[in-house]
Amino acid sequence: MGKTISEKIIGNKAGATVEAGQIVEANVDYVMVNDVTGLPAFEQFEKLPKGTMPLKEKIVLIPDHYVPNKDVASAEQAKRMREFAKKYEIKNYFEVGRGGVCHQLMIEKGFVAPGRLIVGADSHTCSYGALGAFSTGIGSTEAAAVMAIGKLWLKVPDSIKITVNGKLDNYVYGKDIILHVIGDIGVEGALYKAMEYYGNTIENLSLSDRISISNMAIEAGGKAGIIPPDDKVFEYLQERIKGNYNPVYSDKDAYYIEDLKYDAADIPPTVSKPFLPSNTAPASEVDVKIDQAYLGSCTNGRIEDLRIAAEILKGRKINPEVRMLVVPASKEVFNQALKEGLIDIFEKADCFVCGPTCGACLGGYMGILADGEKCVATTNRNFIGRMGHKNSEVYLANPAVVAASALEGRIVDPREVL
Amino acid sequence: MKEVLEGRVIKFGDNVDTDQIIPAEFLVTGDPKELAKNAFVKVRPEFNSIVRDGDIIVAGRNFGCGSSREHAPRALMGAGISCVIAKSFARIFFRNSINLGLTLIECDVKANEGDELIVNLKGGTIKNKRSGEVFEFKPLPAFLLKIVEKGGLMEYVKEVLNEKNSGNAR
Repeated sequence: MGKTISEKIIGNKAGATVEAGQIVEANVDYVMVNDVTGLPAFEQFEKLPKGTMPLKEKIVLIPDHYVPNKDVASAEQAKRMREFAKKYEIKNYFEVGRGGVCHQLMIEKGFVAPGRLIVGADSHTCSYGALGAFSTGIGSTEAAAVMAIGKLWLKVPDSIKITVNGKLDNYVYGKDIILHVIGDIGVEGALYKAMEYYGNTIENLSLSDRISISNMAIEAGGKAGIIPPDDKVFEYLQERIKGNYNPVYSDKDAYYIEDLKYDAADIPPTVSKPFLPSNTAPASEVDVKIDQAYLGSCTNGRIEDLRIAAEILKGRKINPEVRMLVVPASKEVFNQALKEGLIDIFEKADCFVCGPTCGACLGGYMGILADGEKCVATTNRNFIGRMGHKNSEVYLANPAVVAASALEGRIVDPREVL
Repeated sequence: MKEVLEGRVIKFGDNVDTDQIIPAEFLVTGDPKELAKNAFVKVRPEFNSIVRDGDIIVAGRNFGCGSSREHAPRALMGAGISCVIAKSFARIFFRNSINLGLTLIECDVKANEGDELIVNLKGGTIKNKRSGEVFEFKPLPAFLLKIVEKGGLMEYVKEVLNEKNSGNAR
């Protein structure tokens, strides 16, 4: 029986031939923690016998959740990370003003590459599957374990094969594909499993769109969301890559536990209504008045996303009753947007633009919702109280839906209003 | 690891996400007791005042979905929860709980809020004292049981480090 990409990568890293269902110990290429998940990891690490040194080349520390610090407690937490980096001479630490949202940075800075096994104490670590890596979210204690011994136990997942063929309509993107899939299979449709993507629609997508798809594997309960790497990935990595890498592909006779097929033409601009990402509907059928629009996050805070929104907002002003927040996912994205004049477009449209942070995406700060308020967001979760008050609501959508909705003051399908 | 747990049921439905268990604004400490003060504060504000040491959470499908925050199992442990029984668990929550030593059981158990359960971890049975019904569950795979029995992942890591150090000395 042939192997899936997950079976091959985990097998390579475990030094054995493995198959789905087995629990193995595998060597990890990189382990990432952020300012929230870092603190408990450092505490666990420092309980190890005196003199234990972390494997510093494998560690990446990225403060992004509550930085710039939102209050004294978060400042203390960020300080702990800074001190840990200094104490153990961990050079892969990205200070405020030099970095950005962790997953965007992991990709931009060349830590992510095809065939690598990367774990991170943040659930959206599954994003790196877009470049053909096996990556998955873990907890803080196990991040500490990897820092100490460089390996981790993993259950080799079964894989679901997802094939999308056909041409996407205008204003339909990678985000709509993944929302559509989650709407179809549900929030535990891929529980414990890896999702592997094929088809000409996926091949034609930009890397940015592919990252949106891999990013939200966790919203279907998935362990990974993997796309076979191609020239788009290799070209992107040329100037960025740290070290060597070996692309891994599945065998023709690989075993998939499910085989799902979608026609791109059936996917409209899609919105996930509260309170689960699986609660999807075509944007045209949602028609909800909004108070806030949010463009940003590891799901959709890249330059490609900002370009989509800026094209719609250019020369216009958003609805007077809407606040729109624009949060580029990294310093690099911010600078590029500045160079291309996108920041100017957002400013003139009356958007609030700020530097990279996870911010309001997780209800941290910088855009919290009040009782009863509604937000259309390019983010990844719409759980109860996710962005603020327990009676506030988050609607997940692509950057074009968010921008068009900000103009109209209610959730719309951009194809109907532009 | 205790072999038998006895506790009162606190009930939840399907898809209890980690934002419900501990909202993001409280993720400024790793301390279980501090975190427990705000467990379920948005969806069940009375939780902190009703929960007693040894209580058992009984939930539906996909318990612990969402973020990787280890603060979620820590908040439950800080609140005194002895074990969580659910129809299924989200995978990162599952890993975190095993690694910290919070007992999780995948089982479709019939119980009402306030029922008393007797959980036999070695025997793989759960008895509802009110109804008298007994439910069976599959124990953890051997490798994971080893981690739990050692007292969590960090104890296992210490062992690996020890072996490495003694290997170097030779």
